[in-house]
Amino acid sequence: MNDFIASFQNNFIDDNRYMYLVEGLGITLVVTLFSVLIGIALGFLVAIIRSTYDKTGKLKFLNVICNLYLTIIRGTPAMVQLLIMYYVIFAATNLDKVVVAILTFGINSGAYVAEIVRSGIMSIDNGQFEAGRSLGFSYGKTMWYIIIPQAFKNVLPALANEFIVLLKETSICGYIGLMDLTRGGDIIRSRTYEAFLPLIAVALIYLALVMILTHFVKLLERRLRSSER
Amino acid sequence: MNDNTLFHIEDLCKSFGSGLVLDHISTDIQKGEVVVIIGPSGSGKSTFLRSLNLLEMPTDGKIYFEGTNITDKGMNIDKYRQKIGMVFQHFNLFPHKTILQNMTLAPIKLRGLSEKEANELAMGYLERVGLADKANAYPSQLSGGQKQRIAIVRSLCMDPDVILFDEPTSALDPEMVGEVLEVMKDLARNGMTMLIVTHEMGFAKEVASRVMFIDEGKIVEENTPDELFDHPKSERLQSFLAKIL
Repeated sequence: MNDFIASFQNNFIDDNRYMYLVEGLGITLVVTLFSVLIGIALGFLVAIIRSTYDKTGKLKFLNVICNLYLTIIRGTPAMVQLLIMYYVIFAATNLDKVVVAILTFGINSGAYVAEIVRSGIMSIDNGQFEAGRSLGFSYGKTMWYIIIPQAFKNVLPALANEFIVLLKETSICGYIGLMDLTRGGDIIRSRTYEAFLPLIAVALIYLALVMILTHFVKLLERRLRSSER
Repeated sequence: MNDNTLFHIEDLCKSFGSGLVLDHISTDIQKGEVVVIIGPSGSGKSTFLRSLNLLEMPTDGKIYFEGTNITDKGMNIDKYRQKIGMVFQHFNLFPHKTILQNMTLAPIKLRGLSEKEANELAMGYLERVGLADKANAYPSQLSGGQKQRIAIVRSLCMDPDVILFDEPTSALDPEMVGEVLEVMKDLARNGMTMLIVTHEMGFAKEVASRVMFIDEGKIVEENTPDELFDHPKSERLQSFLAKIL
């Protein structure tokens, strides 16, 4: 027990080393939050373009671009994308590493969100579409008021899963020298030469974040299901 | 075509692939008419109805609605669809919205009614069909007959000039058909122009001002219900009636 207390003292208290975890957690949360927002915006946009093409044959050119985007993003590892963004695309700029990470993960996540949302849109009965159009709603308004809300409800579990994956995926931020939660724990390890406590602490923090996220998604799901009592 | 003509249809054609589903249909629908469309399944009667608000895009021919050619290229159909109500076989209520929201969504977003005005309008119709107590229920909590009555009053909330009914009772349990037909009869009595694809011959006899028999994409025969049912002229109509009556 005394060993544990000494080890805890050494890893977290001395030199305020716990601050590596606190600051790292901050970066992880900021990167995840803004990536999720970009991912949702991009994902819905791509999903709407692709399903419009599937349903009506319109937007052919945009659909080709979307397919290219999906193929490239889903066909290469997120870590390679991060390295290319930092060392190639934004190499000549002074863009903050946090912004580079947000852009990378946002663009990456958008591709997965797009396919999830598209499957949700395509799962809505065509009669819903016809009912909206027959009342006089345009294609876009029918999508917005009638199709998307139902599709969103159907794909919420899959979307939540995607964001859990994204939260954990940001642990590769260290490869461009960004001190996120994982890198913070790793820095403590390199200072104290003790691996157990810092890495277990990092793992527990991720676990807690995912459990909190899961809890809120369950609440939201229950709220959205109120129409199916 | 005159001032009282709601739909003027000229040589309407629709083909799916190589099959001709509608074969040069021409007819006029006058304001206040209740036209019942009958015919064997696959005859094109639903396609004809769905062409009138362009849910099916005609391959050829013209449809004039209140004097405007709505099949014109570049025509913004959304404005005209507000005046052409539609009731579907499978109701197509919006499951994520309450009954009241189902009815007020389009009037608020498209007719520019305030929420209060739209709610009053919707509640008035709900009382008329005896479903005022369901205003805050969701569609999944309603029976089939109740859903279809809601679908009818939802289209009424847009104050349409005509309502198209695409087999409105075909998906209902037999004991629920009557309540839906009652609402439709009430509409007819109040002078609503209606086009109805149905298999309810009794209803056609009682309510229709004109019955149209469609087969193989053509209007084979059309007449008043008494004439059409009691003195069918064409052989095809005679054999059709012999099978179903």
